[in-house]
Amino acid sequence: MSAPVPVTIIGGYLGAGKTTLVNHLLRHAGSLRLAVLVNDFGDLPIDADLIEARGEGVISIAGGCVCCSFGSDLMGALLKLAQLDPAPGQVLIETSGVALPGAVASAVRLVPGFALDAVAVLADAETVRERAADRYMGDTIEGQLAQADLIVLNKLDLVTPRERVDLVTWLAGRAPKARVIEAARAQVPLQVLLGSGVGNGSARQVGNLRAAAIQPPEDAASLYESVSFFDMGPLQVHALAQELARPELGLVRAKGVLRDAAGGLKVLQVVGARYEVTDAPGSPRETAGCVCIGLKGLLDRSGLDRLFERAHA
Amino acid sequence: MTASTTTIYRARRIVTMNPSRPEATHVAVREGRILGTGTLEELTGWGAHVLDDRFAGKVLVPGLVEGHSHTMEGTFWRYVYVGFFDRMDPDGKVWPGTKSIDEVLARLQQAEAKLTDPAAPLAGWSLDPVYYGSRRVSRHDLDRASTTRPIGVLHASGHIMNVNTRSLELAGLLRKGVEHPGIPLGEDGLPTGELRGPDAMMPVGPHTGFDRDVLACDELGLRNFAKLCVRKGVTTAADLANLLPQDAVEMMSRVTAEPAFPVRIVSLRRFINLTPRQFIERALELRAQSTDRLRLGIMKVVADGSIQGFSARLRWPGYYNGAPNGLWYVAPEQLRETFELALAHGIQIHTHTNGDEATELVLDTLEAALQKHPARDHRFTLQHCQLADAAQFRRMKALGTCVNLFPNHHFYWGDQHYAMTVGPERATRMNACATALATGVPLAIHSDAPVTPLGPMFTAWCAVNRRTASGRVLGEHERIGLADALRSITLGAAYTLKLDGEVGSIECGKRADFAVLEDDPLEIGAESLKDVRIWGTVQDGRVFSASEL
Repeated sequence: MSAPVPVTIIGGYLGAGKTTLVNHLLRHAGSLRLAVLVNDFGDLPIDADLIEARGEGVISIAGGCVCCSFGSDLMGALLKLAQLDPAPGQVLIETSGVALPGAVASAVRLVPGFALDAVAVLADAETVRERAADRYMGDTIEGQLAQADLIVLNKLDLVTPRERVDLVTWLAGRAPKARVIEAARAQVPLQVLLGSGVGNGSARQVGNLRAAAIQPPEDAASLYESVSFFDMGPLQVHALAQELARPELGLVRAKGVLRDAAGGLKVLQVVGARYEVTDAPGSPRETAGCVCIGLKGLLDRSGLDRLFERAHA
Repeated sequence: MTASTTTIYRARRIVTMNPSRPEATHVAVREGRILGTGTLEELTGWGAHVLDDRFAGKVLVPGLVEGHSHTMEGTFWRYVYVGFFDRMDPDGKVWPGTKSIDEVLARLQQAEAKLTDPAAPLAGWSLDPVYYGSRRVSRHDLDRASTTRPIGVLHASGHIMNVNTRSLELAGLLRKGVEHPGIPLGEDGLPTGELRGPDAMMPVGPHTGFDRDVLACDELGLRNFAKLCVRKGVTTAADLANLLPQDAVEMMSRVTAEPAFPVRIVSLRRFINLTPRQFIERALELRAQSTDRLRLGIMKVVADGSIQGFSARLRWPGYYNGAPNGLWYVAPEQLRETFELALAHGIQIHTHTNGDEATELVLDTLEAALQKHPARDHRFTLQHCQLADAAQFRRMKALGTCVNLFPNHHFYWGDQHYAMTVGPERATRMNACATALATGVPLAIHSDAPVTPLGPMFTAWCAVNRRTASGRVLGEHERIGLADALRSITLGAAYTLKLDGEVGSIECGKRADFAVLEDDPLEIGAESLKDVRIWGTVQDGRVFSASEL
């Protein structure tokens, strides 16, 4: 059985920067084969210089990535992606501006061969509070934020430092479970936003994890830091995952392949407050490791050390 | 009949909807159009003619205009009908309503026995378990019809489907740990077989024979839809949401152009998959491809969901049972750009607004767009618009919109609206036809077939009586008179499609489109309007007898 393809949902209202973020991720995908599903091709969703070829409903992108429109049939589009050879390493779904990403996440969970990685919602720092107070769209905007694992607070270059602090406080009230990623022009490191950026859960897992640990996240290296744990014995993986999802650690994302108390290999994923432990596909003899990414200065390194210490079975 | 022949039809009564001559006994037809109505003496002035007496005992009214239906009504009849109420199929057979789950199963079993391919799916439609008590239908019920072939039964609302165990198995859903708000689980941790909402239904669609591509546009369905139109006296029908890809346009142009195709189809392209600018460009392209019997170029936008599905957007105080507010299907920015471009290019937009908050957004948006692009006679139309209050009708009047209300809802879901969705007071104002007329908002009424059966006479009966399935009169003050109801299903609906200069009344110069009735709707009385027997139609001067389709 091959590992399910991770799916990240990119939501947020019109103009929040969804398309910019998708293009940014495509530019930095490296060897990761991204498949992007967009609601429609109305406004060309991909920067022209990235496009290799355009077909009916499909855009081929440099580096083996593709972009497809799904219109009213998201599931059909996912099932078509599943038939691609080679299969995509990660799927991004860019939702419509009024969609509630939680509903899209529920739909993704029904499609065999795919697994929900994270719900990321963009918020336009300049306008999100005004939008959230709109008599028509307010509850939709609040619903989008409340359903996020990660909120990309975008366009921060356009607000004052004071407004920025207010916004983060305001967001904490709207989406207490989400981790807020601060950004300008949607420049968010791939490893922060996508689980597959730090390995795909396959037999190559550990190599990928080590590579991710060595390379600091691109672009905004100054904003993020990571801690890695390798060569550990059996761990209480579930309990560890639960702890890693607590907000005090300053963790945005963690991904690892760890040996549990019974000796089996498990894939651990934490995105914001959501965590998941699944059986690792591939060779059970792989040694195990885990990468934790957080905001620089906020990541509680010693707390993490203690957690991994305590998790030993 | 050659093109230049004049035929004079004699009828028991001709109800013309022409204010200058409301009634007549004869109508003269030449080249598919009406020369005039009057006495035989008056009409012989047009010269040589053939006097045709075949309608001498019948009543002619203007060909009925269905202002909001979907040709999918024709497509659904290839599936097994398991609705609670009697319903006529395209061949004229009336399928009795299935009054219990056992009767539903019996009908499915009968259909199953006729299938020769053991793997072929079995699909049913129009299930309405609300009439079968509180017990929900489960996969085990449907397993009684077959455990080896996939079965899917779509509910009358179109929003829920029940499937059997085999369907779940084929869709990969017969497992524990399925986590979806639209997929209830049984005590065994497995899905019960009830799938709520399009996402939940999607995985089983290809296995149960409900394939979106087939449902969207299908030649046999279009032909069957046309047959139903003749049986219901309809000579012009709006197909209110189609994606209208070019191959569908070509198929529809070809089929509707056939000499014996009996109805004029007005097909609207829905706003999806395009930017507002592309949408309006497509409207102009489509408009240029209009033919005599396929009218294109009016466009549709969907603003919110449905009231009975709790996905319509309601203003304060929201849903009566406390359900959270519904969903927006379009962003205000997109709506604004679409309206502005449409007004600038003379494109007419029909907007689906079920809840009153969606109606309010559309009125706000249109008001702002009209400031920018003042347009006379734009005839933007609010479709369904079920919950609008009197103030909103006054705004519609001021902004020049039409409204196409949905009185059939009172009969099919009125009791649920009263008890559950909007509560007693707002249920009485739903589809406020009398307020629309009193305010002077141009009014049409519709069936939304296949959501409810095609049949403008039944729709008129609903508007006149406002009777629910349980017999309650829901909103007696919003009942309208017989003459107004008949006008709404002819000239009123034609006006919303900008066809009122061409069809909708029987008068000189207009298309020779008649509904041919065995009973006189003005004599039979309000109570029995739905029982008016329909002989067939005349469309563009061509005679279509329902018994010879």
